[in-house]
Amino acid sequence: MASHGIRDRVAIVGMGCTPFIENWGKGLDDLMIDAANDAYASAGVSKDDIDAYWFGTAQSAMSGIPLARALQLQNKPVTRVENYCATGSEALRQAAYAVASGAYDLVMVVGAEKVKDTGYQGLNAFPIANDGTARTLTAAAMFSMIVPAYGHKFGVDDDTMRSVLTHIAAKNHYNGARNSRAQFRKEISAEQIEKAPKMAGTLGVFDCAGVADGSAAAIVCRAEDAHKYTDKPIYVKALSFVAGNGSGLIDPAYDYTTFPEIAACAVDAYAQAGVTNAREQVAMAEVHDCFTPTELVLMEDLQFSERGTAWQDVLDGLFDLGGELPVNPDGGLKSFGHPVGASGLRMMFEAFLQLRGEAPEERTISSLAAGRKLALTHNLGGYPGEMVSFISLLGAELD
Amino acid sequence: MHRPAAHWGRPIGGGPVGPVSLTAMRGITSWGAYLPYRRLDRSQISAFIGQGGGRGTRTVASFDEDTTTMGVEAARLALRASDPSKETGPDSLIFGTALPSYADRSNATAIHAALRLAPGVPAFDMGSSVGSATAALRLGLTGGGSQLVVLSDMRTGLAGSADEAAGGDAAAAFLFGEGDAVVAEYLGSAGFTEEFLDRWRTPGEIRSKVWDDKFSEVTYVKAGRAAYASALAAAGLEASQVDLVAVAAPTARIGSALAGKLGGTKVVDDLTATVGATGAAQPGLVLANALEQAEPGQVIALVVCADGAEVMFLRATGAIATFSPARSIQTQLASGAALAYGRFLSWRGMINIDPPRRPEPARPSGTAAARSGDWKFGFVGSRDTTDGMVFMPPSRVSFDGTRTDEMEPAPMADVVGTIATFTVDRLAYSPSPPIVFAVVDFDGGGRLPIELTDTDADEVAIGGRVEMTFRRLFTADGIHNYFWKGKLIRG
Repeated sequence: MASHGIRDRVAIVGMGCTPFIENWGKGLDDLMIDAANDAYASAGVSKDDIDAYWFGTAQSAMSGIPLARALQLQNKPVTRVENYCATGSEALRQAAYAVASGAYDLVMVVGAEKVKDTGYQGLNAFPIANDGTARTLTAAAMFSMIVPAYGHKFGVDDDTMRSVLTHIAAKNHYNGARNSRAQFRKEISAEQIEKAPKMAGTLGVFDCAGVADGSAAAIVCRAEDAHKYTDKPIYVKALSFVAGNGSGLIDPAYDYTTFPEIAACAVDAYAQAGVTNAREQVAMAEVHDCFTPTELVLMEDLQFSERGTAWQDVLDGLFDLGGELPVNPDGGLKSFGHPVGASGLRMMFEAFLQLRGEAPEERTISSLAAGRKLALTHNLGGYPGEMVSFISLLGAELD
Repeated sequence: MHRPAAHWGRPIGGGPVGPVSLTAMRGITSWGAYLPYRRLDRSQISAFIGQGGGRGTRTVASFDEDTTTMGVEAARLALRASDPSKETGPDSLIFGTALPSYADRSNATAIHAALRLAPGVPAFDMGSSVGSATAALRLGLTGGGSQLVVLSDMRTGLAGSADEAAGGDAAAAFLFGEGDAVVAEYLGSAGFTEEFLDRWRTPGEIRSKVWDDKFSEVTYVKAGRAAYASALAAAGLEASQVDLVAVAAPTARIGSALAGKLGGTKVVDDLTATVGATGAAQPGLVLANALEQAEPGQVIALVVCADGAEVMFLRATGAIATFSPARSIQTQLASGAALAYGRFLSWRGMINIDPPRRPEPARPSGTAAARSGDWKFGFVGSRDTTDGMVFMPPSRVSFDGTRTDEMEPAPMADVVGTIATFTVDRLAYSPSPPIVFAVVDFDGGGRLPIELTDTDADEVAIGGRVEMTFRRLFTADGIHNYFWKGKLIRG
């Protein structure tokens, strides 16, 4: 089995990202147009320069036509991509491979989701005809099962678990308060977090990511062409994807304290990028903090912390904005909400800004200046026991 | 069993029916009674709306139960208690209810599927009146072969009505057959048919209306006494030989008025004070209650008042001494939990509670359900014939992906399990939120994350023991979505 990767063969030369908000005034087309135009401007290219498009949306549209129609593309190939909540990341992965193959010179990825037109709270998957036996639990409830399982396995008492989850929520909101594109731009106190109404299990409102509309876009070319478009290209070091087989749902050996799909995805991604010590080499990570316990477990699955110790690293501030390995410096899903098709590209947008030194001063991380060179983005979809995992590693320098 | 009419004058046909033959003993070989877990204290009713109610409690089917699911549970108890060395399983199924979940299509077939009966076993519905549903018992007693009869009912009524307070929800199931397995031998029966206006409803209405109940009482006492006398003659019994009299009547008052005039040694508790009058289920429930206390040799009278009266006599055999119900009525009476009247009203559709702001579930696919029937209705997973891994739902491919179609069926409905982890979902759509949900590891292998029912949020804990129960998850586009849930093992 081979996973060779495309390290340093492809570069991101322009990106755009709309504000992620409950955008009552803009539809899917508006969001895609805004993100795409930002990306064209970022790379200094025009619409006609783009050879092909990848369009990631989970359930706001079908086929490539909605993007072609919104942007009025003239006889361009547009591929619509869907892969659960990792849809935006998957769209970029497919576009990057198309460039690496030599099929196209310059391509665009647009991820977009119009969530707030349903009239419901939260994310809701559209129904596929079935026999009526599938569980109908919310994602909050599925991920809430991590909390008692993790505490029980690693001997972390309920109060300490609560403090860990609160630290994660407060950290991400602290970062989001410093990001003009974020939906929630206020710091949230520990007391507010812990007194919030319960949603599922012990998870309160502030343990859950919000919901928002949004779009983000990226322009990708071969690495050797990158300087035609920008002085500060961002090189793709690794793109890894694992689709789980649902084993955790049926295997009594699965204990809800890890996401095996992500652990496997991380091994592959680090191998592609030549990373031997993630905790020491990764400068920042944008991870899928759909719920606070998700981020906790991810720190171990991504090899930032030893098994059973991430809770201590969280409390020690390792992943804070000023920490050694800042996680979700842009505020994460917690502050942005989760327009499914766009989130993976929003994560890359933050890596793009930080690696290029373009993040606003109040949330510029110090780990890059300290000599670390890689940004990681991690995007998951599904539930504990049955999920898809995406990991990218990006860097501003060729190896 | 039909007999030619003795003469062509009026009345035509009918008359007492004796045993099929003097040599082949026929009767009940097993039974199971099912009481839903929730109980409504009748005093709550008048406290809430200023009328109705009374003393005692009534049973309440959960929001995810209907007459079909309760029938499945009663039938599972009857089959579990039966002696497999003497009983080969039913070769027909008759389901009787006055509140069928479907019209124009069968409800018995869902019970048939949940019990995993062979396709060659026919499944029939009887209804839609209490009396007609109850006739399934007489067909079982007088028929041939091994028959499974399931009676189930939910009694409805407007808020504050007598029916609401006095009614109850329950199911009972009986296996009928011949030979050594018989625990109660059929002795004879007789009926007395009467066309009169006791209670009525047009199809689709949520409640019945009643005529003057004094008129009903007088009419039922007359019909009951006449049927009782005819049945004694058919069975070759004297009134003094009857040990236990079990009466099922539309109201407790009618039942006790009649029971006092029949001359049996002991009147069996009709359970109206604790369970309520359970309509088409009640004849089965009071018969089961009589059987649970019967000594070998004792004669039992079952008296059913519904559009006239029906009387059946049975004699407990020596085999009843060693028969043990899978879950006795007394055990179930002792293990129920209180239900607030407001929640009762919402379960019955009498008040609408604001649902979580999530989409309601889409209707299940009829074709997909047909393909997965053994899983959806029978709760049968698959077991890898090489490594023993259990898949729920069933899988064609092995856990490591290397082998295809090397599986055997893994029936899991009667396998119990342990809670590995759990949560309470206050967001997800449910007809009665919140959802209590657990990851259950089954004894002997197999894991399934599944909803728990009849379980309060503060009762669930890692390590809790869980059994499976057949439920109606929701109804969409008129399609009842039946599947299984877990519930804590109690008692």
